[in-house]
Amino acid sequence: MKKVYKLDEVDCAVCAQNMENSIKKIKGVENAVVSYVTQKLLIECDEADLEKITDEAQKAIKKVDPRCRIVR
Amino acid sequence: MSRRQKENLYRIIAATVLFVGVVLLPFDGIWKMLLFLVPYFIVGYDVLYGAIRNITNGHVFEEKFLMSLATVGAFIIGEYPEAVFVMLFFQIGELFQNIAVGRSRKSISDLMDIAPEIANVLCDGEFCEVSPEEIKVGDTLLIKPGEKIPVDAYVVKGQSYIDTSAMTGESIPKFVSSYDNVISGCINTTNPIEVVALKEYADSTVMKVLELVEHSAMNKGRYESFITRFARFYTPVVVLLALVVAFVPPIFLGNLTQWVLRALSFLVVSCPCALVISVPLSFFGGIGAASRRGVLVKGSNYLEILAQAKVVVTDKTGTLTTGKLLVTDFENKEATRIASSIERFSNHPVARAVSFATNALYDVQNVCEIPGKGMSATCEGKEVVVGSRSLLEENGIEVTGKGNVFIGIDGSYAGGITVTDFVKENARDTVKALHAMGIEKVVMLTGDSEKGAKAVFKETAIDEMYHSLLPVDKVKKLEEIIGKCTGKVVYIGDGINDAPVLKRADCGIAMGAAGSGAAIEASDIVFMNDDIALLPESIRIARKTLNIVKENIVFSIAVKVLVLILTALGYADMWQAVFADVGVMVIAVLNTLRTLKL
Repeated sequence: MKKVYKLDEVDCAVCAQNMENSIKKIKGVENAVVSYVTQKLLIECDEADLEKITDEAQKAIKKVDPRCRIVR
Repeated sequence: MSRRQKENLYRIIAATVLFVGVVLLPFDGIWKMLLFLVPYFIVGYDVLYGAIRNITNGHVFEEKFLMSLATVGAFIIGEYPEAVFVMLFFQIGELFQNIAVGRSRKSISDLMDIAPEIANVLCDGEFCEVSPEEIKVGDTLLIKPGEKIPVDAYVVKGQSYIDTSAMTGESIPKFVSSYDNVISGCINTTNPIEVVALKEYADSTVMKVLELVEHSAMNKGRYESFITRFARFYTPVVVLLALVVAFVPPIFLGNLTQWVLRALSFLVVSCPCALVISVPLSFFGGIGAASRRGVLVKGSNYLEILAQAKVVVTDKTGTLTTGKLLVTDFENKEATRIASSIERFSNHPVARAVSFATNALYDVQNVCEIPGKGMSATCEGKEVVVGSRSLLEENGIEVTGKGNVFIGIDGSYAGGITVTDFVKENARDTVKALHAMGIEKVVMLTGDSEKGAKAVFKETAIDEMYHSLLPVDKVKKLEEIIGKCTGKVVYIGDGINDAPVLKRADCGIAMGAAGSGAAIEASDIVFMNDDIALLPESIRIARKTLNIVKENIVFSIAVKVLVLILTALGYADMWQAVFADVGVMVIAVLNTLRTLKL
């Protein structure tokens, strides 16, 4: 399944790229996109893992920008 | 401006004032350095902190690190004003970029402000406010003037004008009254109406459109992937070059400080921000410009394909023709009136056409629809059948007139009605426009008979046509065309029964999709209304967007390479380097804003 979250807020395009690369490495993630332009995060994964993966993604995002969070 | 942007603006102002002050103060040596450190830290502390954090997380080559390294290096070799200025200018550029992106995001999301917030649902004889998600099929809803229609529905009470512009791009309000369907996301403007829900919120058009828009920035095209890959090797290469510039020439030429300074300027130019931000922003703007016209693009990759289209393949009914059948002739006025009175109870396109032929005047009873054939009913005490020739013959009535819908009253023939489909007024001009913009071929695929297809073929001046095709044949034919074509093949249809063809094309466009969730899902680009003139218009937008993207790519890379060369040769210093870096970014972003006006 695909799930789109809003991000508050990604403030540079390269950061978005770094976040995306980290999230793609999370186990169970089929695809991930972080868009600086739309301030959105898309995660494609198995529905059952979504909660867990979103938590992991939040951690990965925090590492790039501690002020950025996933709006759930 | 957001809170974060304001905070950054104040820091920039404070640092600028202090910086100018320190430049003017007559201090020297260590004091001068310490004083310069104050504005430096005010404006750059977050960059330094970010750089350290990123290194510990393994993201070494990114802008914060490069800026930190360049400015700290400048401090070490005693170029204090340069260091502060670079940091200051970098932050001004970031702020600008942030505001510009925010603005264009807002202008596009305002455009797509179609999500209904509340709905008034009838429960126990009273209307109560609920959220759109709670609406069930069959619920009666009250839509007041100014409110959005929350789910796809049909009107049961009242009449009003509804503003469909957000959904269809059509600026003229649509008049609706009882039994008219209304699309979710449209705004009721003049009078309150009561409607009955046909779909739940999750299945309604508005939700499909919102989902599509949400996902559109997520489908990256070739250009965006190129930039991502480019950024990944560009920065490390420039850093490596900087190392070479700093330490290799001094071995032969001496003057280490000068070469290190040049190397630091290299670092300042090494940020690929201009590209990383401007390419997706241009596509976003282009997609926004398209959606303002009721053209929804599922991703920047489809905009790329559309820009490269060589062959357009089209469906006939509903695409080149209006698909709205009209009665063009009838034999017996009284019999046609009776037929209209009966046919208004069916949703079949032919029946709808007949029902609009005259004002329905009679009450009818015992209405019965015979699928694929017609209808029967009692009207004014007479037994009436309306439908195909075979239906009348089954009822023992001999058809003696002409038309394609026939009426039998009390067992005898009462008259024929001719129902016609028309070629769209602008179909011919659209085909012309497509040719004018360099589309090599426009091909029509239709399931219709040779006679019907030929008429349309002649009237629209398309290049090729294939008729009497079953859906499977259409896919085969399309594959043939794709195989022969050197460019991209676009298919445009109404999305109702051509989903496989839509999927097979390089870029499938469904038109008139407002109201058809299936069509939205099967296609890559969606025209919310059924205006075929949107096709050349979309191609134009796609091409312009691609041009802006290419301009930005070529311009940014060219300027950066030029500045790198000038710096290495000693013609450009750190001041110019930061101007080049931030300036290129600002110009590229300003250039992308042109897409919003396409």
